[in-house]
Amino acid sequence: MNIFEIIRFALRGLTINRLRTFLTTLGIMIGVSSVIILTAVGNGSSKAVQDSLDRLGTNSIQVRSGNLGFGPRAQAVSNNTTPLTILDAVALNDPKQVPSVKQSAPVANANSTCVNGSSTSTPSTFSGTWPAYFEASNTKVAKGNYFSTDDVDQGRRLAVIGTTTATELFGTDNPINQVIRCSGIPFTVIGVTEVKGSTGFQDGDSLFIAPITAVENSITGYQPLSSIIVEAKSSKLTDQAQAEIQTVLDARHRVKSSTSRDYRLFNQASLLATSSSSSKVFTVLLAAVAGISLLVGGIGITNIMLVTVIERTREIGIRKAIGAPKGVILSQFLIEATILSLVGGALGVVAGFIGSHFTIVGVKPVIMPSSVFLAFGVSVLIGLFFGSYPASRAASLRPIEALRHE
Amino acid sequence: MAAALVDNKSQPHIVIDVKGAVKKYGEGAASIYALAGVDLQIAAGEYVAIMGPSGSGKSTLMNIMGALDNMTAGSYFLDGIEVSSMDENALSVVRGRKIGFIFQSFNLIPRTTALANVELPLAYQGIKSAERKKRALAALKVVGLEDRVTHEPTELSGGQQQRVAVARALATRPALLLADEPTGALDSKSTEDLLDLFDQINHAGRTVVVITHEADVAARAKRVLRMKDGKIISDTLNPARMVSA
Repeated sequence: MNIFEIIRFALRGLTINRLRTFLTTLGIMIGVSSVIILTAVGNGSSKAVQDSLDRLGTNSIQVRSGNLGFGPRAQAVSNNTTPLTILDAVALNDPKQVPSVKQSAPVANANSTCVNGSSTSTPSTFSGTWPAYFEASNTKVAKGNYFSTDDVDQGRRLAVIGTTTATELFGTDNPINQVIRCSGIPFTVIGVTEVKGSTGFQDGDSLFIAPITAVENSITGYQPLSSIIVEAKSSKLTDQAQAEIQTVLDARHRVKSSTSRDYRLFNQASLLATSSSSSKVFTVLLAAVAGISLLVGGIGITNIMLVTVIERTREIGIRKAIGAPKGVILSQFLIEATILSLVGGALGVVAGFIGSHFTIVGVKPVIMPSSVFLAFGVSVLIGLFFGSYPASRAASLRPIEALRHE
Repeated sequence: MAAALVDNKSQPHIVIDVKGAVKKYGEGAASIYALAGVDLQIAAGEYVAIMGPSGSGKSTLMNIMGALDNMTAGSYFLDGIEVSSMDENALSVVRGRKIGFIFQSFNLIPRTTALANVELPLAYQGIKSAERKKRALAALKVVGLEDRVTHEPTELSGGQQQRVAVARALATRPALLLADEPTGALDSKSTEDLLDLFDQINHAGRTVVVITHEADVAARAKRVLRMKDGKIISDTLNPARMVSA
């Protein structure tokens, strides 16, 4: 009796009760697909956090005025503090004072609406800065050029804009070397940045970056800086860089104790660590839920195989009476269980891939290949493991007992 | 046939040789003897009916002869092979090749066509598909069901189902056809047809053993055994059948 014959018997066994076969397969399918989809959601959300932080630059440290964070109280306090100035930014570029810092750039933000003919756009980030900003904030120009230190020195009205701003102002036209007017001041577009995507609160591509001198001369006037962006030499050196920045700024701002600082540091790396660890917990939690559903699917297989064996005890008796060897009966039931879990697992993988194409609760799932193999492998093993008990029970029945079974 | 049997009486080929068969259920004082020492020899080509009231041990004897059940004590040779000491795998081979079973409740595999049912024991013997189909169709032709091969058991009458079971038993060309109350679930017309079929099979040289409690079924056999309380109490040749055959 060859294996194909036994497989045919097993298939015939499965088609005898189609509804039950379907429901069992469905159970395994849901188990496998939920493992794949839920881990993909967890993975996707941690990827999203990772990506948005990568875009911000993991080596970057932001220095902002005030010590109470955001909101009206922070503003009130900041009135009594020494504002951040260009000189602070210069000091944070001094390799003797801050050896762990690669570069720093002052940032002066403004609110301005830009016009090109009849198109208008209000960039959510409208900043004057130095060329170092681009690297420190991980902003890359995809088309055109960056502005240079010379452009800053000369106060040239040049602008690098984000893709959203470019589309709003120029549609599909090439914005490079076009002149736009922001708060009535003409700026020549010299570059368009790479797509950054949304960072949650705002569109990272609604962006206008110009030499700080041009922005201050024509739009904001000479006001305190909004922030200084500092890039550490490596992500490992961010803590050290932070300490050096504090030493420099404490001296410059005459800060007496660490609690009375009039500026705050925002370290992207620590933000990253926090969010990725919380999304890891999330992923583990989802995986646990998914694993339980896979286990339930497996118990479903055992249950169905047990019921099948009991229901077909008489049939097993007949088969044995007409000469079926124990091994054939065992193989038939094992193959039935394996087919159930294989087909259920394969359908689950397909469903998992399809399900992962949809955005789930605002997260774009990213399939973890390991979860696919794990879920599929586990479902097949469950089939074999949980199927083998009923199968060996069936095979060990004495024909006379099996035949007497009603 | 009967004449041949008589002629070879000096050296008949023995299909069934049971010696001192004991089957005990339970232990100690509560134990019950289903078989209390049975000796039985059946030669090739015989048509034997085993009769007796329920509880007489006839079904137990049949189960032992069919290698479906084991004995507490005694020895059993089937077609010259000792069965009582065989392991499970060897027993399955013996059941498949030496014995064709016919049960009261037909015991066809449900939701499986007549042809597939008849092919099944051949499949378990590892016979190739084409040969299997040929033999199964031939067996179905013998029982007169060549036009019902694609029907499933539920689409067949009781008599037809039992004839499929006979075809299944015949397909393996067994040394012995064992029927346990084969007419128990049949009407009188189907009973007649089945018994005619048994006559025909026996006439072709096959050994037939029928267990029954119906006298008219036993009347068709050439040798009648009566059992009571786990023992054979009589063993007679059926003179009417000897003549008519």
